[in-house]
Amino acid sequence: MASPQPLLAHHFDTLDQQRESASLGMWVFLITEVMFFGGLFIAYIVYRTRSHAGFVAGSHELNVMLGAINTVVLICSSLTMAIAVRASQLGDRRTLVRFLVLTAILGLTFLGIKAVEYQEKFAHHLVPGPHFAWHGTTPGTVQLFFSLYFVMTGLHALHMIVGIGLIAWLLPRSMRGRYGPDYHHPIECFGLYWHFVDIVWIFLFPLLYLLGRSEHV
Amino acid sequence: MSTTERAVAEPPNYLSADYGVKSWLLTTDHKRIAILYLVAVTVFFVIGGIFAVLIRLELLTPQGDLMQSDTYNRVFTMHGVAMIFFFLIPSIPAVLGNFMVPIMVGARDLAFPKVNLASWYVFVLGGAFTLYAMIAGGVDTGWTFYTPFSTTFSNTHVVATGLGVFIVGFASIMTGLNFIVTIHRMRAPGLTWFRLPLFLWAHYATSLVMILGTPVIAITTLLLAVERGFKIGIFDPALGGDPVLFQHLFWFYSHPAVYIMVLPAMGVISELVAAFSRKAIFGYKFVAGASVAIAILGFLVWGHHMFVSGQSVYAATIFSVLSMLVAVPSAVKIFNWAATLYKGSVSFDTPMLYALGFIGLFTIGGLTGVMLATLGLDVHVHDTYFVVAHFHYVMVGGTIMGYLGGLHYWWPKISGRMYPKFWSKLAALIIFVGFNLTFFPQFLLGYMGMPRRYHVYPEEWQVLHVLSSAGASILGVGYIIPVFYLIWSMRYGPRAGDNPWGAAGLEWQTSSPPPTHNFVTTPVVTTEPYEYKAEEVTVG
Amino acid sequence: MGNWLFLPPQGSTVAAEVDALYLALVAISAFFAVLIAVLVIFLGVRYRRQSDDQVGVHIHGSTPLEILWSAVPLAIMLASFVWGAMVFFKLSRPPAHAVEYFAVGKQWMWKFQHPDGTREINILHVPVGQAIKVTMTSEDVIHDLFVPGFRVKMDVLPGRYTTVWFEAKRAGKYHLFCAEYCGAEHSRMGGWIIVQEPHDYERWLAGERGTDNRLAGPEDLYKRYACESCHRFDSTARAPQLAGLFGREVRLKDGQTVTADENYILESILQPNEKVVSGYQPIMPTFQGQMSQEEAHSLVRYIRGLEAGK
Repeated sequence: MASPQPLLAHHFDTLDQQRESASLGMWVFLITEVMFFGGLFIAYIVYRTRSHAGFVAGSHELNVMLGAINTVVLICSSLTMAIAVRASQLGDRRTLVRFLVLTAILGLTFLGIKAVEYQEKFAHHLVPGPHFAWHGTTPGTVQLFFSLYFVMTGLHALHMIVGIGLIAWLLPRSMRGRYGPDYHHPIECFGLYWHFVDIVWIFLFPLLYLLGRSEHV
Repeated sequence: MSTTERAVAEPPNYLSADYGVKSWLLTTDHKRIAILYLVAVTVFFVIGGIFAVLIRLELLTPQGDLMQSDTYNRVFTMHGVAMIFFFLIPSIPAVLGNFMVPIMVGARDLAFPKVNLASWYVFVLGGAFTLYAMIAGGVDTGWTFYTPFSTTFSNTHVVATGLGVFIVGFASIMTGLNFIVTIHRMRAPGLTWFRLPLFLWAHYATSLVMILGTPVIAITTLLLAVERGFKIGIFDPALGGDPVLFQHLFWFYSHPAVYIMVLPAMGVISELVAAFSRKAIFGYKFVAGASVAIAILGFLVWGHHMFVSGQSVYAATIFSVLSMLVAVPSAVKIFNWAATLYKGSVSFDTPMLYALGFIGLFTIGGLTGVMLATLGLDVHVHDTYFVVAHFHYVMVGGTIMGYLGGLHYWWPKISGRMYPKFWSKLAALIIFVGFNLTFFPQFLLGYMGMPRRYHVYPEEWQVLHVLSSAGASILGVGYIIPVFYLIWSMRYGPRAGDNPWGAAGLEWQTSSPPPTHNFVTTPVVTTEPYEYKAEEVTVG
Repeated sequence: MGNWLFLPPQGSTVAAEVDALYLALVAISAFFAVLIAVLVIFLGVRYRRQSDDQVGVHIHGSTPLEILWSAVPLAIMLASFVWGAMVFFKLSRPPAHAVEYFAVGKQWMWKFQHPDGTREINILHVPVGQAIKVTMTSEDVIHDLFVPGFRVKMDVLPGRYTTVWFEAKRAGKYHLFCAEYCGAEHSRMGGWIIVQEPHDYERWLAGERGTDNRLAGPEDLYKRYACESCHRFDSTARAPQLAGLFGREVRLKDGQTVTADENYILESILQPNEKVVSGYQPIMPTFQGQMSQEEAHSLVRYIRGLEAGK
């Protein structure tokens, strides 16, 4: 096992400065993501308050079971990611690689289940647009609910895909033993990103699936 | 030493370090990236300027005789989109900020040089989408894209333009992120927060706004594009959507965006007033704090664009009083700059002319902003030329003057050359006169009732419009002159020394142009900013 | 062009107040702008550089000055806020005795309706000395009704009502503009408010009554659209009682409570199953696209006027 190679970029003075800068950079980026999803959440909450009935009706069409399974899947993936980060700090190459792969598999599982859900919506004509069909009341606001549902979960899924892509980028480098006690901030920063994507889902799931579950439509 | 010998003996600077297109397009040197941005934003300034010329030509007469209404609506929309998103927002941060921020903190580059280069490509990509939209026929929604006109009724390239704005926003976010991390983590030894030049405080505050605000316009334009592209209702009232929600989401970014545009300019003015009075800015800490205050308060006032949108009277009242609050730190800055001149050593070099012009014009622009924040008055002047005059005073009389002032101040550092004094001062004067003649009559037109975005207007207002268009032609001349002498100077201007203005600041302690890594050795900072001691002033 | 102050004519009772506010702010702004300009020029000249190496005197600052030039502008601006808010409240609150007109904005024209049903397009005749409240909506995009001579302006939204009020003070012709960009002919979407002395107005109105330029009466509409087949005044079995509804709190099926204002009634006609009343099924059909805005508004006003116990 080769010892990890520290890589100091030319414009930094010390590895510490480099690591701290990367970390701060990732936190700032995550703040922008909070604002990005935040705008969507605000739109959702405003509409839900105004058009309660339609949103409850739309929400009832979502598959709570699959959503719950996905929630568990993502939380587990955050656990595997945290273990991977720890492994990189210790220079434990095998564990790092294994748990990066596990994280990616869990991420792909999430996306797979999401694909099943989307397919269900498509089959029931719940995708907004010319083929949308709703035979209950307030079709307009039900369609509005689904517009927001697809944009919100779609954007989240896009972030997951990017995350899995980044794991693919980190894997060969991890396998080559690049990350260790002296240099592991790429894994750490990526871990932050992954946890963030998980947290977004933790908000999405109750907002979209759970609120109003017990209400009669 | 002969010229050839001297050229050979000179160490390479960032311009001469490497040649060829690849060395520019694949550079990670913040100074070269700043030049790339200079070219890109200038292209959009020219495009936006051409549209402005068309607007003022059309408005010479009350009838719509130069172009059809449809065309005019596209012209003013694209003028706004080009100027706001592709010139005013990026210009100072991405050109002057990119160049100066690392040097002013005493670093070799920004924290993330590759992200910096990527941001330029993102800018170009967003610009390409928008240019495509313009060439393919344009967009006619107004730069504000209000729904449901933009989503359901307009027949123009809304999605392409919306995507262009969406993409270019990420360039802004990347720049802001880079500045924040650089200023936090890469300051030279001894450079504490309260030793930072005010240019850095201003860019730090700007970066806060960029990273917090821009994502919201991103999601807004995304929703707009989705609604229009997939024909689903998000802001469409027929489907239960709320067009006023669009306005809230849009202005939540677009108001702070004006502070993205003006805060960097204020940072430039602080540098200019200090340098050309050869003394520290009066009330340094208050000016620094004012920048941050403006950034934060700027997020609380977006509703003042919506006083007559049908919202509640109480919401309007809250936004009005908050808008008054945000004006205070700007006033504080104006007074501090003026006070700096007291017992200064004031020189009226070209950059200072721009700075003084800024102080006067921004004062007028800001005061008219207070008028607009006053509820009973805003009802009458909302969506009239009064608003148009106000924002041109702060954006053009403010931001563009700041940009030109900074460009003229740092030109010798950036290019290693000096430009001709006479022509540069003449241009500044022409710009000042042309600007006032263009936009002051618009205040009067607005109060009399001339609405915005009007292609035709009542005959009795023609005289004021003619004055305004005449002013615009003078302003145009004023803007063209620097293009000539700045380009001329790159080849024929006298070579500039390290410190042609005798100014304080880390950037003046390195060569003009600087070497690729900015400093031969990392500077150590031991003094307050803007320290001028008589015996230490060296001009050259 | 009017007078040398570049003011539009003061056609309404509130115009003079708005102008006073404006001129006061212009004076204050001019004062400060001139102050800054003079200060800067004076100081710049007085302390101009004497020699190439001359520096300025290092002066840190002055906290008392900072407080002064923060507090004074803040005080002035808060005063402006208070005055502006007072004028704004006046502009936003039509007097109780205001007579009600109706307006619809659509690309690219204005349709007006007098209280007696008389209709006009792009021109609105009104009498002097009468407080007038205009309820407005849009048929398509957002427009804005702007009468500079009256100093009033309000956006006009699709699917909702907004209102504006004024009392004309002087007979004459006043520009009317659309002040929210609405597409191709936005700048031609204007007209005139023609203010007449009351007897002239009455005469004009009487002349219009002879024509068939009028809307059907609300009771006819109530029958034509078969409202009474469910909303009976003698039974609440099929649909909620409309008499005495206006202004009451309504409990909805999902537990929420709303106030029955004009917008609620309009929404109930156009999107009836958004807010279903508790105890009822969502079976009311929508009238969106079937009745005109004027008809909808006429019904809303009619329902508004239905007293309990009818």
